Amino acid sequence: MTRVALFTTCLVDQLFPDVARAAVRVLERVGAEVDVPPAQTCCGQLPFNDGFWDEARRIARHHLETFADAEAIVTPSGSCAGMVRHFYPVLFEGDPAGVELARAVGARTYELSEFLVARLGLTDVGATFPGRVTYLVSCHGYRELGLYEAPLRLLRAVRGLEYVALPAADECCGFGGAFAVKMEPLSGAMLRSKVDAVRETGAAVVTGTDVSCLMHLGGGLSRAGAGVRPLHLAEILARDETRP
Amino acid sequence: MTADHASDGPIEFLDHARRVLDDPAFQHNVGHAVHVFRARRAEVLKDFAGWEEWREQARTIKAHTLAHLDTYLDHFDRNVRAAGGQVHWAGDGAEARRIIGDLARRRGVRRIIKSKSSTTDEIELNPSLERDAIEVTETDLGEFIVQLGEEAPIHFVAPAIHRSRAEIGALFAAKIGAAPTTVPEQLTRAARTYLRERFLRAEMGISGVNFGVAETGTLVVFENEGNARMVTTLPRIHVAVMGMEKLVPNLAALAVMLRVLPLSATGGRMAEYVSMITGPRRAGEADGPDELHVVVLDNGRSRILADREVRESLQCIRCAACLNVCPVYERAGGHAYGSIYSGPIGAVLTPLYQGLERAGTLPFASSLCGYCQEVCPVKIDLPKLLLVMRRRAAAAGEGVTPFERLAMQGYAWAAATPTRWAWAGRALRAALRPFVRGDRIPRLPGPLGSWTRRRDFPAPPRASFLDGGGASGRPDAGTGSRDA
Repeated sequence: MTRVALFTTCLVDQLFPDVARAAVRVLERVGAEVDVPPAQTCCGQLPFNDGFWDEARRIARHHLETFADAEAIVTPSGSCAGMVRHFYPVLFEGDPAGVELARAVGARTYELSEFLVARLGLTDVGATFPGRVTYLVSCHGYRELGLYEAPLRLLRAVRGLEYVALPAADECCGFGGAFAVKMEPLSGAMLRSKVDAVRETGAAVVTGTDVSCLMHLGGGLSRAGAGVRPLHLAEILARDETRP
Repeated sequence: MTADHASDGPIEFLDHARRVLDDPAFQHNVGHAVHVFRARRAEVLKDFAGWEEWREQARTIKAHTLAHLDTYLDHFDRNVRAAGGQVHWAGDGAEARRIIGDLARRRGVRRIIKSKSSTTDEIELNPSLERDAIEVTETDLGEFIVQLGEEAPIHFVAPAIHRSRAEIGALFAAKIGAAPTTVPEQLTRAARTYLRERFLRAEMGISGVNFGVAETGTLVVFENEGNARMVTTLPRIHVAVMGMEKLVPNLAALAVMLRVLPLSATGGRMAEYVSMITGPRRAGEADGPDELHVVVLDNGRSRILADREVRESLQCIRCAACLNVCPVYERAGGHAYGSIYSGPIGAVLTPLYQGLERAGTLPFASSLCGYCQEVCPVKIDLPKLLLVMRRRAAAAGEGVTPFERLAMQGYAWAAATPTRWAWAGRALRAALRPFVRGDRIPRLPGPLGSWTRRRDFPAPPRASFLDGGGASGRPDAGTGSRDA
């Protein structure tokens, strides 16, 4: 049996606990034994991206200690997985022990869909989700982890799901962490383009690999009264015949 | 920091951006142009074999040249002179302006024609020549348009993409007495008629340099209109202004750039005109200037070269591919960046050249989507450079507010242990609760109010995932379910 440690992420933990429950359900359904290290908090990306590297390093150290012994670390976020795998070695530059631990933990860190498809070789995880669904590409997962096919393959294997491609999918939705607040007029303009693109698809649900982007897009959709629901990919994959 | 901008105030990126965000014509024009560039590039790349290998070669060439720049500059200097050209070394913009101004004065130059050169924009050459009562005419069509409009280029490859045909028609009618029209062919004919005269009577031509070939002392100029060829051959004096990082070792290296630059810039399979200039006109030759002067500009570049963490920014070949894909550039436009270098590369270079005090906000003008890095033909890690510049800005107290600093420090304190994390999470979720209306928060107070200006915030759950028992809290046992 595959043992995985769930790296919940700060946003999922604090604001979207259903997403973590859904991730656990999916992982268990495919036969993984899921452990949730209770000491985990956050990966530190928020302060890192805002220029506060000392603060980020403090959080990153805690994250590395928490997950140092895990065989496989799975997270419902491409952005947080990218932070650990791609940017921790940058953050610890000049500290060889830190870099080594960062690389070791990074090599065992997977975004959920990546873990299911690339590591476990699965595309059908036994999900049923009736409805028209479009998929929001999240930039960090897409460009830092090369995540694109995996989520789509999982979605296409969901029974009852009608997948409809989002126009201009490779363009950022405008979330960008602190950018969303600091550069609000630009973030808002980018959001407007994405809201229009989602509406154009006629989808009832927009899904993706990151609650951060989905929270931003969902907030825009709800403000626009678009009637399109944001759901994390894990929440779609968690639905099945027994609990639609 | 260069002395040039010491007295200028900070670049107010967001104020500029706000103005053009409210200008639908601007949004349409710039958005349309960058999407055309993007689509053309993608079209050519469809059947372009081994693009990633080309990029890797281009990166290797530039990184290698920078690592041995002293040697290559030496070769370049020797070979330009051997071919009959003169080389001038300018430590900063003021020195470059003085060199060119003195030369113009000594040769009695009254009229100068120019082809596109971001480097001369960087050193603000035109105003200084005009102060000496010299007539300076930009001959690239886009540059000509912004010169007539008395504004800065909006994009360093395509300077006038923010202007519609109608605006250009009106501008030509007002400034050069052209018949009012919006037909592109008639507009270009009006510009050609006006410029032809200037081409013929100018005593000096000033060009930029896309690449300097160290091995041969050759100056290479890429263009699509033919004007740069005339600028570099018609007047009796040709002055080429080159940033010192623009070298490639040899012609084989140049061959790689011949492919990657036009493709990245405009989606062209090749540039319409590539001029390779080795020395002035020689005995027996019909074309070319009597004198060739190369002004090699440092202006902060050797400082950046010595700064390992950001050195790769000097690999830039000014193709503007990063501008064309940047969602922030597309909406904010080039002027918001406060210098000729806009978009993601400008957000890195301008604070390096002009200092964080003036340009500390720029590195934050990115959602870090990484599209720029994906297209950069010399593989500059722009997101990483933006992050490094953010770190330096924050350390210098630029680009971040005191509230932000406090928030980040508080966040790091809370996230350092699980007990604090749980406690802080509970406190924050409780603090949000009074603002919940139905299943959402339509309005947040204080600095977070900018989140809710255009988007709702989700209603917080009662318990966090970890608080609610983590995995053991499933299925849906926790009261944290949003749907509950």
